[in-house]
Amino acid sequence: MSEYLIKNGHVFDPVQGIKGDKKDIGVKDGKIVDKVSSSAKVIDASGKTVMAGALDIHAHVAGPKVNAGRWYRPEDKHFDSHKKPGITRIEGGKSIPTVFKTGYEYARMGFTFVMEAAMPPLYARHVHEEIHDTPIIDEAALPVFGNNWFILEYLKNQEIENTAAYVAWVMRQTKGYGIKVVNPGGTEAWAWGLNCLTIHDPVPYFEITPAEIMTGLMAANEYLGLPHSMHVHQNDLGNPGNYKVTLDSLKLAEGVKPNNKFGREQVMHSTHLQFHSYKGENWGNFESGAKEVMDYVNKQKNITIDTGNVTLDETTTMTADGPFEHHLHGLNHLKWINVDVELETAAGVVPYIYDPDIKVCAIQWAIGLELALYAKDPMRCFITTDHPNAGPFTRYPRVYAWLMSKKYRDERLNTFKHADKVISATNLSGMDREITLYELAQMTRAGPARALGLMKDYGGLKAGMNADIAIYNINPDKFPSDGAAIEKAFANVACLLKDGKICVDEGKIVDVGKKHTFWVDAKVKENKQVKHDIKEKFLRYYSLTENNYSVPESYAPHQHIISVDATQ
Amino acid sequence: MPKDVTDVICPFCGTLCDDLVVTVSDDNKTILGVKNACAIGAEKFNHQRLPGRVTRPRMRQADGSFKEITYDEAIDWTAKMLVKSRKTLMYGWASTSCQAMSIGHEIAEKVGAIVDNCATVCHGSSLIAIEDVGVPSCTLGEVKNRADRVIFWGCNPAHAHPRHMSRYSIFPRGFFTVKGHKGRKIYCVDCRYTDTAKCADEFIQVQQGYDYELLNAFRTAARGEVLPDTVGGVPKEKIYEIAEDLKQGRFIIIFFGMGLTHSMGRNHNIDIAINLTRDLNDFTKCAIMAMRGHWNVTGSGQVLGWQYGFPFAVDLSRRDQARHQTGETTSVDLLNRSEVEACFYIATDPGAHFPVDAMISSSKKPTVTIDPHIQCTTEISDIHIPVAMVGVEVGGCAYRMDNVPIETRKVVDPPEGMLTDEELLTKINHRVDELLLAGGA
Amino acid sequence: MEKKITLNMITCRTIQQGVGMEAGKTSQKYHDACTIIQMHPDDFKRLGVWKNTNVKVTSSVGSVILKAVETREDLVPGLAHIPMGPWANRIVPAYTYSTGEPCFKGFPVDVEVAANAPILSSINVLKDACGLLRK
Repeated sequence: MSEYLIKNGHVFDPVQGIKGDKKDIGVKDGKIVDKVSSSAKVIDASGKTVMAGALDIHAHVAGPKVNAGRWYRPEDKHFDSHKKPGITRIEGGKSIPTVFKTGYEYARMGFTFVMEAAMPPLYARHVHEEIHDTPIIDEAALPVFGNNWFILEYLKNQEIENTAAYVAWVMRQTKGYGIKVVNPGGTEAWAWGLNCLTIHDPVPYFEITPAEIMTGLMAANEYLGLPHSMHVHQNDLGNPGNYKVTLDSLKLAEGVKPNNKFGREQVMHSTHLQFHSYKGENWGNFESGAKEVMDYVNKQKNITIDTGNVTLDETTTMTADGPFEHHLHGLNHLKWINVDVELETAAGVVPYIYDPDIKVCAIQWAIGLELALYAKDPMRCFITTDHPNAGPFTRYPRVYAWLMSKKYRDERLNTFKHADKVISATNLSGMDREITLYELAQMTRAGPARALGLMKDYGGLKAGMNADIAIYNINPDKFPSDGAAIEKAFANVACLLKDGKICVDEGKIVDVGKKHTFWVDAKVKENKQVKHDIKEKFLRYYSLTENNYSVPESYAPHQHIISVDATQ
Repeated sequence: MPKDVTDVICPFCGTLCDDLVVTVSDDNKTILGVKNACAIGAEKFNHQRLPGRVTRPRMRQADGSFKEITYDEAIDWTAKMLVKSRKTLMYGWASTSCQAMSIGHEIAEKVGAIVDNCATVCHGSSLIAIEDVGVPSCTLGEVKNRADRVIFWGCNPAHAHPRHMSRYSIFPRGFFTVKGHKGRKIYCVDCRYTDTAKCADEFIQVQQGYDYELLNAFRTAARGEVLPDTVGGVPKEKIYEIAEDLKQGRFIIIFFGMGLTHSMGRNHNIDIAINLTRDLNDFTKCAIMAMRGHWNVTGSGQVLGWQYGFPFAVDLSRRDQARHQTGETTSVDLLNRSEVEACFYIATDPGAHFPVDAMISSSKKPTVTIDPHIQCTTEISDIHIPVAMVGVEVGGCAYRMDNVPIETRKVVDPPEGMLTDEELLTKINHRVDELLLAGGA
Repeated sequence: MEKKITLNMITCRTIQQGVGMEAGKTSQKYHDACTIIQMHPDDFKRLGVWKNTNVKVTSSVGSVILKAVETREDLVPGLAHIPMGPWANRIVPAYTYSTGEPCFKGFPVDVEVAANAPILSSINVLKDACGLLRK
C-alpha cells in the first residue's frame, strides 16, 4: 500500500485538540502514522483545511423505503442526473439519489461513514444489497425495534434479559449495528390505523406504553454494552406543541448510566430533534421550542442529539413512523406509500416541498439551526438533515454555511416571504453565534464517532486511526466571508483519502475504495425462552421460515464485525 | 443416501414459497422428489432432470438448424453484438438473481442498452400508477395476521399463485386472525367465475373492461354519494352493501392482477384501485398489493431502482444518463417501432409472451437468448446460451411480490460444465471491456 | 356459407399453462394447455359446432388455429379466453397506449369453424409468423 504525507495543512482534530495548527499527517497501510518513509507521496495541503472523514449518524440511504421513494418518483431524476467525470457509474436522483450517486456525493463532501437509520429486520437483505452496491463509504444499519412484537411482549413484563437476547439475535441475523426506535408503540398501533401521540398512550392489544418501551430498550442496550446507544425517533413527530412529549421522552434517560467499552457517554441518541421541538397549538401559532429542548439537552450529559435541518428543498420524506406519513399525506395530498411489516414495523413515504414562501417551512428551517447554535457541547450535537426527510444530504455544505456565517443565514431569514412572522416565532435573528471549523469537526467527526462507539478508528487524525481524511479548499486564515464560497468548498473536497487511498481528487472520483459494512455481534448467555419464542413466531406468524431470515455473508463482502460480550 | 434440502425457495411465481423440501440424490446431481410445492413449482424442479436438456451454447445456421458451439465462442459473439449495436434491448431478468442483474446492468451501461423486465407486459401498468399516486401496502405476513376483508380483483391465484391462498390470504390462522378462513370475508371481482371466485364468500361479476367504473363506484359508495342503478353490470345495492361491509373491517387487503393491468384503462385501473385503498384508510386500515407473477420480476425492479431510480424500461443508451418513459423505452414499443439494433434476452421467453408483431420485429435483429431450457425465443435466436437454473442449481437473491427479498438455495449441481448467469455475464462483461479497449468490435 | 361469430377476447394464465410451461415449451403438456379457446356454451350454439372442434380465431393482427373448448371457469356469452402463450399472442394486438402494455385482454376476434385445419406447435406458430418456418 502506498504512503502519503499530507503537508502543511491546517489541521482540525478534536481528538487531539488541534485547532487549525499546521501539522503534517502521515498515512501508511490505510492508517494514520507518526512517521512515513522518504518514498511517501506528498500531498500539498498548504492553505487548506484538513479534517478526518465525516460521519453521518442518521440518514436513510439504503433499503426498501428508500428504494420505493426512488422508483415512485421518476420526477426526482429530472434534477442533476447524469454521469460525471472520473470512474463513475451513471448518477441519478436528487432527494433520493441512486446508490452510486449516494456513495460518490458523500465522498465528494468528505464523508467516509454513514449510518442507515432504519432497517426493518425482515427487509435486512434488501438494505445490505444496497449497502453492498454503494461505493466508497463505510456503512452500517440500525434495525428497528420499537414496535417489534417480541420486544413489546418481553417489555410488558420487564424482561430485560430476554429483550437483550432477542436484540442480539436480530443483530446477528440482520447484520445490524444497534437499537433504533421509531415512534415506539405508535407504529404498531398504525397497523390498525391508530397512533400513540404521548409516551403514555397504551399500544393496542399489547398494553404497554411508549415510555416503557424506551426505558426497556435503553436498559437492554446497556445490558448488552453496545457501541451505540438506543437511537430514538420520538412519538408525536412533526406536530405543534410536541416539545413537551420530547422533553418527557428525554427525561427517561435520567439516571441511566452508559455501560460500554467504546468510550460512548450517552444512553440515548435523540434524532432529528428539529421535528420534535415545536411549540404552539396549531399551524397558525406554530413556533420554535428549540430553546426549551436544548436547555434540557445541554444539562443532561447522557444524551446526544442530531439536528434534522430543513434545507428548503423539494424532497421525499420517509420514515418507519407510518401514521405520521399518513398524516402528512392528509396535509399535502401528495402521493403516499405505506408498507406495514409483519411483527416488526411499518414505513411510509410522501414527497414534500419545503417552500421558503410558507411560514411553517421557514420556521422549521430556523428551528434546525437554533438547535445547533444553542448546543453548548458540540461533541453531543450532530448536524444532519435526516436525509431525505428535512432535505437531501447533499445540502450539508449549505447547512454548514448557514451555521458558520450569521450574515448568510440572516440574508436567508430576512428574505422569507413571511420574514416578520418567522422572526417573531423563532429566536434565530437574535443569535450571533457562528460555528467554528473546530466545532464543525466536533459536530461532524469526533462527536458522531464517539456516539457511535467508533472513536478508536473514526473521527480523528491521531496515529493509529483510519486514514479517512478530507482536505478542503478552505484557508482558515482567510475564512470566506461569503456563504456561497463556504458552501462550495464543503461540497467538493480537494482530496479525500479513504483507508489511505485517494478516492476523490479535486471533486473527481478516482477510486471506489473498499467499503466496509459494520455490524455488531453481541454474545449473550444461551436463552432457551427466546430461542423457543423465535421458533414459535416463525412457525405461526411470519411469512417466511426462520432459516431464510438471515443476511448471508456474501451480502457484506468486507464486513467489519464489532464484538461485545454480555455473558459476564 | 438421498438427502432432504429444507427451506427451499420455489423459483416459479412471485409468492416465493420458502418451505419446500427437495430430496436430492447422494451425488447432488438428481432431484428425487419435491414436497410442499404447487403443481407448477414441482414441475419446475422436475424439469431439471428431463432428458434431452441442452447443456452447451447453440448457434442457428442458415438452414435454421442449430450447431453446438463453445461457451467462449458464444461469449465472443454476444460481446461483439453488444458492442456493435448502438441500442440493444436487454430484456427479461425475471428468472435470474439480483446479483446477475447487477452485472447485466454494468454491461448495459457500457454498451448503451435498454434494460427492461417482464413487468413491461405484466405489472408495468401498476408501476406507472404507483409513480402517479403511490401505494399503501403491507407484507404478506400482515395479511395473514390481521386481514379480515380480502378482495381479489382481476387476479386468479388459484391458477397463477396456487399456494397464495393457503399461505397468506384466505385460509391461514394468524395472530389476530385465529379463526382463519371463518374470520375473513373474501370477495372476488372478475369477468369470469374463476376458481378463485369459487373460494370467495362473494363473487362480483364485472363486465370485461369496466373495472375502472366499478372501482370508481366503490369510492363513490364509500363516500355515501349517489350511484346509477348498475355499474359495470353490478347493481348499486350490491356496491353500497360491500362498501359498507368493507368499512366495518379492521384490516382490508386488495389483491389485484392482470385483469386490471391488461384491460382497457391499464394504469388508470390501478390508479383508481389505489385511490379506493387510500379512501378506505379514512375509515379503517386498508392495503393493496399487486400479484406479481413472474418470480423475481420484483427484484429486477428493485435493483434497477437502487441503481438508476426507475423500476423498469430503463434506457441507458445515452450511456451518461438513465431515462424511463413508458411507451418510449418499453420493450414492446421499441420492437413495434423497430428501434433497437440487437436483442439480448435473459431468463424469460418473449417469443411466448410478447404479441406477435413485436416478435416479428425482434426476429429480424441479431439475437442472443440466455435461458436454461429450449423455449420459443431460443428457437428464433442466433445464439442460445443455456445456463444453470437459478433457485435450483445456483442460489441468488429474489424478491417476493411484497418486495421481501429471500436468498434462494441451490439444491443440486448443474450439468457438468454449465455456467451460471453470474459467471456467464461476468465473462461477457470482461469480453466487452476488451473489445471497448481495442476500440470496438 | 361458413358461420362466423365475433367475441371479446381475453388471454390469461392458467395452472395447466403454468405446469406446461415448466414442463417445457415443447412439451405435450404445454401444447395441450395453450392450444385452446374457451367459449361459453351459448357461443358454441351460435357458431353451430360441438366442443373440441378446431376453429380459426382472427383478430386485427392475425389468425391462429385452436381447439374450441368449454370451461369450468364460467364465462359470460360473448367472452372468450385463450391461455397465454405463443398461440394467443398470434392474435394479441401489440398497441400499448403508451404504457408498454399490449392489448392482452379485451380485443375483438372473429371465430369460424376450421375443423380440419392443423394446430401448429409452439415453436412453429412463432416461426411461421416470423417467416422462419421452412415449409
